[in-house]
Amino acid sequence: MELLYFGSKGWGDELFAAFLMTIAVSITAMLIGILFSIIFTPLKLSNNKIFNFIANFYTTVIRGVPELLVIYLFFFGGTGAVMFVASIFGYNEYIEINAFITGSFAIGIISGAYSTEVFRGAIQSIDRGQFEACKALGLKKYIYFFQVIIPQMLRLAIPNLSNVWQITLKDTSLISVTGLVEIMRQSYIAAGSTRDPLFFYSFAALLYLILTFLSMKILNKLEKNYSRGF
Amino acid sequence: MDLDLMINSLPKLLSATLTTLKLLSLSLIFGLTIGLIFAIMRLSKNKLITNFSYGFSYIFRGTPLLVQIFIIYFGLGQIEYLRSTILWIILKEPYWCAIIAFSLNTGAYTSEILRSAFQTIKPGFIEAGKSLGISSKIIIYKIQIPIAIRQSLPAYGNEIILMLKGTSLASTVTLMDLTGVAKYIISTTFKPIEVFIVAGSIYLFLTFLIHNFIKFAEKKMGTN
Repeated sequence: MELLYFGSKGWGDELFAAFLMTIAVSITAMLIGILFSIIFTPLKLSNNKIFNFIANFYTTVIRGVPELLVIYLFFFGGTGAVMFVASIFGYNEYIEINAFITGSFAIGIISGAYSTEVFRGAIQSIDRGQFEACKALGLKKYIYFFQVIIPQMLRLAIPNLSNVWQITLKDTSLISVTGLVEIMRQSYIAAGSTRDPLFFYSFAALLYLILTFLSMKILNKLEKNYSRGF
Repeated sequence: MDLDLMINSLPKLLSATLTTLKLLSLSLIFGLTIGLIFAIMRLSKNKLITNFSYGFSYIFRGTPLLVQIFIIYFGLGQIEYLRSTILWIILKEPYWCAIIAFSLNTGAYTSEILRSAFQTIKPGFIEAGKSLGISSKIIIYKIQIPIAIRQSLPAYGNEIILMLKGTSLASTVTLMDLTGVAKYIISTTFKPIEVFIVAGSIYLFLTFLIHNFIKFAEKKMGTN
């Protein structure tokens, strides 16, 4: 237990900071994912073949390739890509991108592919009559979209989105390979310096269990809130 | 785009694919067995057994696979007692540690898939078996398990694909699977995009094969 003391004696404060880092990365990645799905869901549902192809390519590739490989692509390729863009604007110095940004982007793009599928499924399972009714009533496009379609879509999407959140949360453990100090990385450091891997990795598992348990509780409440009758 | 590198790295990546497939198939075989045992335990009337099975699947589904591999590979070796037993022959090999972690992980997910399949079997089938005087063991083996397998095929197909992606974590415990070799080539050549395209295509091709195989099996077994 001494290993968990706060301050210079134990790893308590470091692990707590890492715990917060995991939450921060997960939330950022989830938001980036939702942003991506807001872009790609309309493409997926559009009648344009080219748009369809782009969106399908994105979701199929990302969901079919291991997360770790995507992270390596971003980790090794991210700096190169940014430097290439910078060199077009005449900046040739070495640029190092923050591990937090690379990590959240990599996980966010993965999470976005899953969210896109969730939103697509939710919109497609809204009754066709709802769309027709809006047109028949001559509702303005944005009212029709924000007041009729979105509320119905959210209620269908939230249970599946909470699954995406759980996947995203667990995927953030993979960012540890890029050196970002979240729960896994901190446990790795602590395990290495105290030679007590069993304790620290079990403690990391416990922290993840706490996170998944808490988010399940919160998301269940949200689900209940959104699934009441209108 | 460095086409030469892509062509040169293909044989290396393909031979690493064999390792990935070996890891995948062994984990799936063990995982299915574990999943079946825990699913049957979950349906038992004994509260203690049900809770144990629930706890197992909760812990393995609630923590990242990476933590599970690290606990088994780095953590278990720390227990002095284990080092003196016969188990150590298995546990000192990263290959078997990865397979143990993957099997337990996919076992937990499979047990949930099978449990829900068992629970959706119409009670009429079991009653029909009972009224014909078939023993409860045969009801399980000849009626419940075949129907459950049929019903859980689509969900199990997804689990196989998730597991294929999960095997990439073997590279974190020094195994040279497809992702491990891809990372090695990337870090020696600094050409991440080319290697990603080749390795990613191999993974996508495998996903495509699994997807179609499951579709075929569903058709064969007549599930709708």
